[in-house]
Amino acid sequence: MGNGNITLTINGEEVTAQKGQTILEAARGNGIFIPTLCYHQKISKTGACRICVVKINDRMIKTSCTEPVTEGMKVETEDEEIVEIRKGILELLLAEGDHNCLYCDANGDCELQSLCYRYGIEPSGSDFPKNTREIDYDSSYGLKRNENRCILCGRCVKACAEIQVKNVWSFAGRGSHAHLTSDISEKIGDSSCVACGTCVQMCPTGALSFQQVLGKGQAWELTKSSSICIYCGVGCKIDFYTNREGQLVKALGCDDGPNNGHLCVKGRFGFDFVQSDKRLKKPLIRKNGNLEEASWDEALDLVVSKFSGYKEKNGPDSIMSFSSAKCTNEENYLLQKFMRAVIGTNNVDHCARL
Amino acid sequence: MTNSIREIPVSEAFLIIGSNTTENHPVIGSMIKNEVIRKGKKLVVVDPREIELAKYADVYLQIKPGTNIAILNGFMHVILRDGLEAKEYIKTRCEGFDELAATVKKYTPEYVAEICGLDDPEKIVEAAHLLAKTSPMALYYCMGITQFRSGVNGVKSCANLQMILGNLGVAGGGVNPLRGQNNVQGACDMGALNAVYPAYQKVPDEAMKEKFEKAWNATGLSLKPGFTIVESLNAAIAGDVKALYVFGENPVMSDPNQHHVIEALEALDFLVVQDIVLTETAKYADVVLPGFSFLEKEGCVSNTERRVQKMNRVVAPVGDNREDWWIIMQLANRMGHPWKYEKAEDIFEEIRQVTPSYAGITYERMEKELIQWPCPTEEHPGTQYLHKDKFSRGLGLLSGIEYTAPAEEVDPEYPIILTTGRLLEHFHTGTMSRNSRILDAIVPEGYIEVNPNDAQNLNVVDGELVAVSTRRGSIRIKVKVSRRPKDNVVFIPFHFYEACANKLTIDALDPGCKIPEFKVCACKVEKIAV
Ligand code: SF4
Ligand code: SF4
Ligand code: SF4
Ligand code: FES
Repeated sequence: MGNGNITLTINGEEVTAQKGQTILEAARGNGIFIPTLCYHQKISKTGACRICVVKINDRMIKTSCTEPVTEGMKVETEDEEIVEIRKGILELLLAEGDHNCLYCDANGDCELQSLCYRYGIEPSGSDFPKNTREIDYDSSYGLKRNENRCILCGRCVKACAEIQVKNVWSFAGRGSHAHLTSDISEKIGDSSCVACGTCVQMCPTGALSFQQVLGKGQAWELTKSSSICIYCGVGCKIDFYTNREGQLVKALGCDDGPNNGHLCVKGRFGFDFVQSDKRLKKPLIRKNGNLEEASWDEALDLVVSKFSGYKEKNGPDSIMSFSSAKCTNEENYLLQKFMRAVIGTNNVDHCARL
Repeated sequence: MTNSIREIPVSEAFLIIGSNTTENHPVIGSMIKNEVIRKGKKLVVVDPREIELAKYADVYLQIKPGTNIAILNGFMHVILRDGLEAKEYIKTRCEGFDELAATVKKYTPEYVAEICGLDDPEKIVEAAHLLAKTSPMALYYCMGITQFRSGVNGVKSCANLQMILGNLGVAGGGVNPLRGQNNVQGACDMGALNAVYPAYQKVPDEAMKEKFEKAWNATGLSLKPGFTIVESLNAAIAGDVKALYVFGENPVMSDPNQHHVIEALEALDFLVVQDIVLTETAKYADVVLPGFSFLEKEGCVSNTERRVQKMNRVVAPVGDNREDWWIIMQLANRMGHPWKYEKAEDIFEEIRQVTPSYAGITYERMEKELIQWPCPTEEHPGTQYLHKDKFSRGLGLLSGIEYTAPAEEVDPEYPIILTTGRLLEHFHTGTMSRNSRILDAIVPEGYIEVNPNDAQNLNVVDGELVAVSTRRGSIRIKVKVSRRPKDNVVFIPFHFYEACANKLTIDALDPGCKIPEFKVCACKVEKIAV
């Protein structure tokens, strides 16, 4: 082990961590669970929600997402006292907002919901003063906002400031009047937001959600598969979600790609053309001036007889092909092989220059 | 890119020239912004439009379209004049320095400011000093360097600058072209180019001919380079090209001088289009073959940093459509070539055999590793940045490059410079983005960006419909008054068929690589009388 290593005890077990790591990072690195809300590994630390508190050396209670590890430190991630603190935080969060999972977009994919379930929290029915904050489902083409589900964790603020680097979101007001604003209290759709959707992807609750692109589906009905964005050359890796009907529902940035989880508006929302009515569904052949549906055999044989004819009569160089920068390596390879080996010409090019 | 996306945090300074990064490569744009705004890295932006990054730049130079080479020579002039070049690097790793030094001698800040239409020559000095004194410095460019008659020279000038500063072959430096489409890099690597086989192995080379005849079990491969796209359109009009097979492209929208493209398509005897929707080009076809969209297919693509990534099937195919490789294989089979591939991976395995830079890459590795070519063997980790200890040709070649004016300069009849490009929300010819509901809703129509001064002179207001004409055609389009373009420069995005920028653009080509000069031509903007 390198000399940057530190030994500490978590829940009675000796573990190693790197110098400079937080207790949370050390715990996660060793497969030990500590609940979090405001923490996210991609943004700077806030230490705001306090849900991640742990007990250090039997005395101190500290937020594990901000507290660095030290040699010989003894950490207890959960005991009765800590459970009580966590329950208190969750009860307050539930009471303060309007958290009805029944009609929330995040149902089944909400960090607040799963922690409430874990700690057995139910709405207190107390007369805690509820704030009515902004609900805006229309102003933006990409985002929906229902701040009554907001837990003021600040992840969206930091996601926009540190990942998209646009600084759209910030907090205004104090205490129980704290709330989000986009730019200077503009509607999100009127703000400088570029609809990259990063804040939505990072929001732990249903306070921010995506506009419906095509299909709908609840979290547990969706299937995830990863592929690469079709647009620019950054090559962002995207997790696409489809519903039970096979319709595309949403796109989330995948952490494994060059994008490290981030996407732009095109990668985020520009996929429904795949399932649009405008898609061709059968080969077409021009007959009496019109393009008419035909079978594959008919279409392929026609192409082959034409190509063979020109090759014979006018020479291979009378046939040209345009390949595509939107198609795969395999397809591009095969088309140039076809032109070179089958037709016998180097007449192949693509839009690299366009 | 010579270097990698994950080196962005390693760079201490950035020169962004001819790239509207935050709109056209937004994820990289954000990463660069993060370094500049939050970590105080240095930034120089050179662009005729005051793009978003210009706001955060230490020095922003709003040059006239088509004057990149002059400004780059200007930087080099100042660097050499003030002795800021990387002397040891030049001595040990480069050749041709004397020629370069002699060429840039006359590019004094005053002379360059004159060519580029800049008021303050001192800003050129300031930028040059900043770029020279902060290392490693990464240069990023895009079509704003290449889409000119002098495109190849523009690229060489970028390399010149980075070599004299010792910024090539080091982490966080490099000459980094941002590829505009998700697999331009791969299409080039795969030899979908008129003069090279996969991995840029040259067509007019007997040894290569033999290699590929053997690998493909074929005879009579041609030693003669083929046509490029724009050349082939001319050949169609001349009657030399009879048949055209267009695979996943939309030249009616994407190529310069639309009128000329349509004339060429009409002159053809036979046009086959393989695509996912009935594109503007497919409307001229004799046969249309419906392929798979990106979410239906399997295969791999290579991004702007040479990283090869796997694409997977996400949704079921529609209708009676077929895999694109299957269609091409069928054509080969029916022409007497018994190719037999059962899946995309079979093709990739063949690619590895004939493409040395991909030889060590497998589907399995792509899924598990971050892997960038060149990767010659399965044990090789791939290559994060190029030219580490030496250049592929040995010594880095510095060459003296003179600025040359664009093909079409403004005159009394066409007094305004037109430049074209893309928007954040749309892509290329709009085949995909305009058929995406949300993207289409955000930006439903095209427009022409006009600077407030010019708008006043032309007596037009925001939202007004105007006529824009060049020697090649005329369109009607809405005005968007914007501070972005330089005085006397207008900008039109080319995604919109109703207001098609490429009816206007010029098909002047770079003599070397044949890239069209999309980024500059002369136009006039007229009020439409009511
Ligand atoms: S969508 Fe993107 S730009 Fe808009 S507020 Fe969220 S993070 Fe910021
Ligand atoms: S909107 Fe979401 S991410 Fe933002 S503060 Fe509220 S809960 Fe946190
Ligand atoms: S999500 Fe945006 S930045 Fe990423 S590859 Fe797609 S178009 Fe490029
Ligand atoms: S997760 Fe640690 S304070 Fe919120």
